[in-house]
Amino acid sequence: MLSFIQNIGRTALTFLSALGRLTLFSVIAVRWIFTPPYYWQQLLRQIIDIGYYSLPVVGLTTLFSGMVLALQSYTGFARFSAEDTVATVVVLSVTRELGPVLAGLMVAGRIGASMAAEIGTMRVTDQIDALDTLSTRPMQYLVAPRLLAGTICLPFLVLIGDVIGVFGGYIIGVFRLGFNPAIYLSRTLEYLEISDVTLGLIKAAVFGFLIALMGCYHGYHSGRGAEGVGRATTNAVVSASILILISNYLVTALFFGV
Amino acid sequence: MTATPKIELIGVTKTFGDNAVLKGIDLQVAAGESLVIIGTSGCGKSVTLKCLNGLITPDGGSIKIDGVEIFGGDRAAMEDLRRRFGMTFQFGALFDSLPIWENVTFRLRQRQKLTKAAARDIAVATVTDLGLAPHVIDQYPAELSGGMQKRVALARAIADKPEILLFDEPTSGLDPITGGVIDRLIIDAVQRLGATTVTISHDMASVRRIADKVAMVHNGVILWCGDVKDMDKSGVPEVHQFVHGLAEGPLTQTAAPAQQGRT
Ligand SMILES: Nc1ncnc2c1ncn2[C@@H]1O[C@H](COP(=O)(O)OP(=O)(O)O)[C@@H](O)[C@H]1O
Ligand SMILES: [Mg+2]
Repeated sequence: MLSFIQNIGRTALTFLSALGRLTLFSVIAVRWIFTPPYYWQQLLRQIIDIGYYSLPVVGLTTLFSGMVLALQSYTGFARFSAEDTVATVVVLSVTRELGPVLAGLMVAGRIGASMAAEIGTMRVTDQIDALDTLSTRPMQYLVAPRLLAGTICLPFLVLIGDVIGVFGGYIIGVFRLGFNPAIYLSRTLEYLEISDVTLGLIKAAVFGFLIALMGCYHGYHSGRGAEGVGRATTNAVVSASILILISNYLVTALFFGV
Repeated sequence: MTATPKIELIGVTKTFGDNAVLKGIDLQVAAGESLVIIGTSGCGKSVTLKCLNGLITPDGGSIKIDGVEIFGGDRAAMEDLRRRFGMTFQFGALFDSLPIWENVTFRLRQRQKLTKAAARDIAVATVTDLGLAPHVIDQYPAELSGGMQKRVALARAIADKPEILLFDEPTSGLDPITGGVIDRLIIDAVQRLGATTVTISHDMASVRRIADKVAMVHNGVILWCGDVKDMDKSGVPEVHQFVHGLAEGPLTQTAAPAQQGRT
């Protein structure tokens, strides 16, 4: 009984200290974002890596999600003769929910893993220590540009994903379900509000920050050897994905009814 | 008066988890002196070296550079201190994602604005000094042999003319000839810079070439420390065994703790 309580206590303490370390890590990293010198080259490299090279993954994901959404909502709404709402349902679901969450999860797999692997490898091969010996702060040189790039890039990716997702819905609506193109388009825009899009973009920025934070944090504290880097990579992807789903709820709840 | 030692360690301790690696290291290095640290794998040589420029914070004890405690100040003080050091790592630790010229001039370009052309000129001068071909500067670390990587790491460490040089196994894994070349480069660089050096080495031929003083780490303390010429008549069985590479002796019974990952 006592050992049971001890276990709970120990787990809680471990959790709290991990949370504390993570918070400290992000505070330090964010402060270095705004302190010169600025490593533009690093930032640019990350923006290309996150923003540009994730386009195919995000595009494909949202395209097929928009398509399947059109089919499924048609099936559902046909049962009470509300087929007309398909376009509205597609655009609202994509911009408010599916675009950010799917893009976030896909990018978490791609970018979270590669950041953790790259920084983790630098840790276990002493490259991070080497930075310290060469008048460069690893947090500022490695972590800060990644956090900034993640936060900037995800909203753009999601915006493009939104358009592609809606386009996927349009293709199905027009070519498979027989909607009139002009009517489908006007239905798409009729009930869409700016706040739907901005909500999605705010979510995207939060997800982008969290993905980069998890990738950097786990890589930075990678255990020794190839095994340590492997574990860091897995942890980065899993924790980023979970944090995306949790923060997705929190942001939605925060803006609910707004 | 007796001069303040350049580097002084008093009772430095460090424990990782329940692995007590350093149990009280005492060491002094005079200005301009070349100290070599020897000891079995995993005995804590690299950890000791990383304590000297604050990459690892010891649990206890004191480390002084020019008589000033290095862990007494804030982060800025530590950054200033690190500028006075140059270091090479056991496994090179070159930046994989940067070409050689950016590796070599990394620290210079952090400190001052340099045009790309100027930086490349400096890189060419530095690598040719170390006996490498000029076109190497456009290659990436992974494209170079072990010996070339060690030279580049050396170039990166000394590019900014530091006062104190730390070399972690600069010749291990190299053939004897390349090892000899690296030793020569180290001796030249040190004479040119007038630097104080601490080197870790397993290679006794190399130790005899570059050391003024030798310290042997064993079981977390300095077992023996003295002039390199006294190394053969230390009278300490562990030192005798290590220096002559004997399989039988006191070191075999107290084997180093199992290595996880790397040493
Ligand atoms: N960052 C670290 N975390 C945990 N243990 C470490 C770390 N660095 C070194 N060690 C342990 O300290 C011991 C000494 O390592 P090291 O100084 O690298 O040995 P060597 O004398 O071969 O250079 C080893 O047992 C190693 O496992
Ligand atoms: Mg070592």
